[in-house]
Amino acid sequence: MSARAPGAELEVRALSKTYLWGGRELPTLERVELTAHAGEFIALIGPSGCGKSTLFHILAGLESPGSGEVLIDGRPLQRRLGAFAFMPQRDALLPWRRMIDNVTIGLEIAGVRRAAARAQAAPLLERFGLGGFEAAWPWQLSGGMRSRAAFLRTVLLGKPAMLLDEPFGALDGITRAELQQWLLEVWGEVGSTVALITHDVAEAVFLADRVYVMTPRPGRIATVIEIDLPRPRTLATAESPQFGAHEARVREALRAHSRTATITA
Amino acid sequence: MRALLRSAWPPALALSVLVVAWDLAANAAHASLSLPGPWLVLKSSWHDRGDLGAAMWTTTQEALLGIALAIACAVILAIAIDWSQTARRSIYPLMILSQTVPLIALAPLVVIWFGFGEAPKVALVALFTFFAISVGMVQGLNSADLDTMNLLRTMGASRRQILWRVRLPSALPQFFTGLKIGVTFSYVAAIFAEYVGAYGGLGYYMNVASHAFNTDLVFGAMIVTAVLTLALFGIVTALERAVIRWRPREGLEGSW
Repeated sequence: MSARAPGAELEVRALSKTYLWGGRELPTLERVELTAHAGEFIALIGPSGCGKSTLFHILAGLESPGSGEVLIDGRPLQRRLGAFAFMPQRDALLPWRRMIDNVTIGLEIAGVRRAAARAQAAPLLERFGLGGFEAAWPWQLSGGMRSRAAFLRTVLLGKPAMLLDEPFGALDGITRAELQQWLLEVWGEVGSTVALITHDVAEAVFLADRVYVMTPRPGRIATVIEIDLPRPRTLATAESPQFGAHEARVREALRAHSRTATITA
Repeated sequence: MRALLRSAWPPALALSVLVVAWDLAANAAHASLSLPGPWLVLKSSWHDRGDLGAAMWTTTQEALLGIALAIACAVILAIAIDWSQTARRSIYPLMILSQTVPLIALAPLVVIWFGFGEAPKVALVALFTFFAISVGMVQGLNSADLDTMNLLRTMGASRRQILWRVRLPSALPQFFTGLKIGVTFSYVAAIFAEYVGAYGGLGYYMNVASHAFNTDLVFGAMIVTAVLTLALFGIVTALERAVIRWRPREGLEGSW
């Protein structure tokens, strides 16, 4: 694949964030620590409102951290906007741009000419299941295709680390399972470091090298669970007893830290 | 074609009923001076087509120039308001104020200031179509999706890049809604300005015709005004379809 973006090591050190809400302090993130070694895939899981998305917004530069540090390859990151390839929860495809112009928008913003950007995207379209749909408007694409287009847009940014915020949250179960498998293959080819937010325990275990379980607000890292399932992972992986055991550990960790002691995840 | 016929018959029927009712009423009243029937109106107007055509042309020019001026001002001011808080706080109240000025009082003043030429008509058309267009534009710019803008920011996009790539395209549908409302005022505004004082145009034509008790010609000019306004509305609708191509349209699914 021509879009190789060798991964960088991503570290988050003692990141905290407190909002002011009607004059009162609302601690949202508390001393969050994450490490993704170069080319690793980590997943963050936690109940709604635990600050996962806030954490990604801080990493991507959309919000300022209260305190703490973000390091790339051991060096503190000076300018976070433009440093990561961010994929938001909803695919955020621009309705007035045809598929090909949606996937190349990041290149266009970086100053790449339209023709050159399209040429860069062209060899990847087949791999992303988008071949022949270059001229389609977003509303004409299926949910799975929209997600793949949004992911191609993310890959084409060519950043050493990707932040995926519930990329498959809006999809049905069948499409979702297909895309998880496919995502792993593509990630293997691209080689970049990935941090993923999810609500789905099986998704986290299937995709990640390490799962960070977060507590309800204020969000802290409750437990870190290493997922030592061999790669490449396939459907058979998901049916193995080891997979079940990992899932159970993540579920247990979520339950232990949930506010109400009943967990839906 | 068949679809066109199917969608065209209800308004055609309603219009026919109206014309027949008018004809019956005119016959019953038997007073061709105060209520001329449709055939008389048609005949007289056709007979006077030279003057009527010239008047149509004058008013159309004023209406179109006025709208063009209004669009230019509305787009520039809306972007300014969208761009800076200071601009919003200083310009927005003035925009609303411009709508509180009664046209009836302003038209004679504009004629006193600028004379009987076309310029004051253009100015009045602009003033009275500007508001709908600018409000649509401001709201449209504001309706841009926050997640999408955030995504572009994470890509390192500048404010200007976000304006061009997200905010302006987002504003197009509401801009056209505003423009459609605006153009329906355009001919009426021009005609009213002409009524007050002019050398030509439909307002002048109606004024002269009614003073000469040519009510049939007044009716003819009214119908012409309605038709022209509808045509302008149709042109804007067609333009909207041509510009906003990305929305799903009935019967066109999968035919990109």
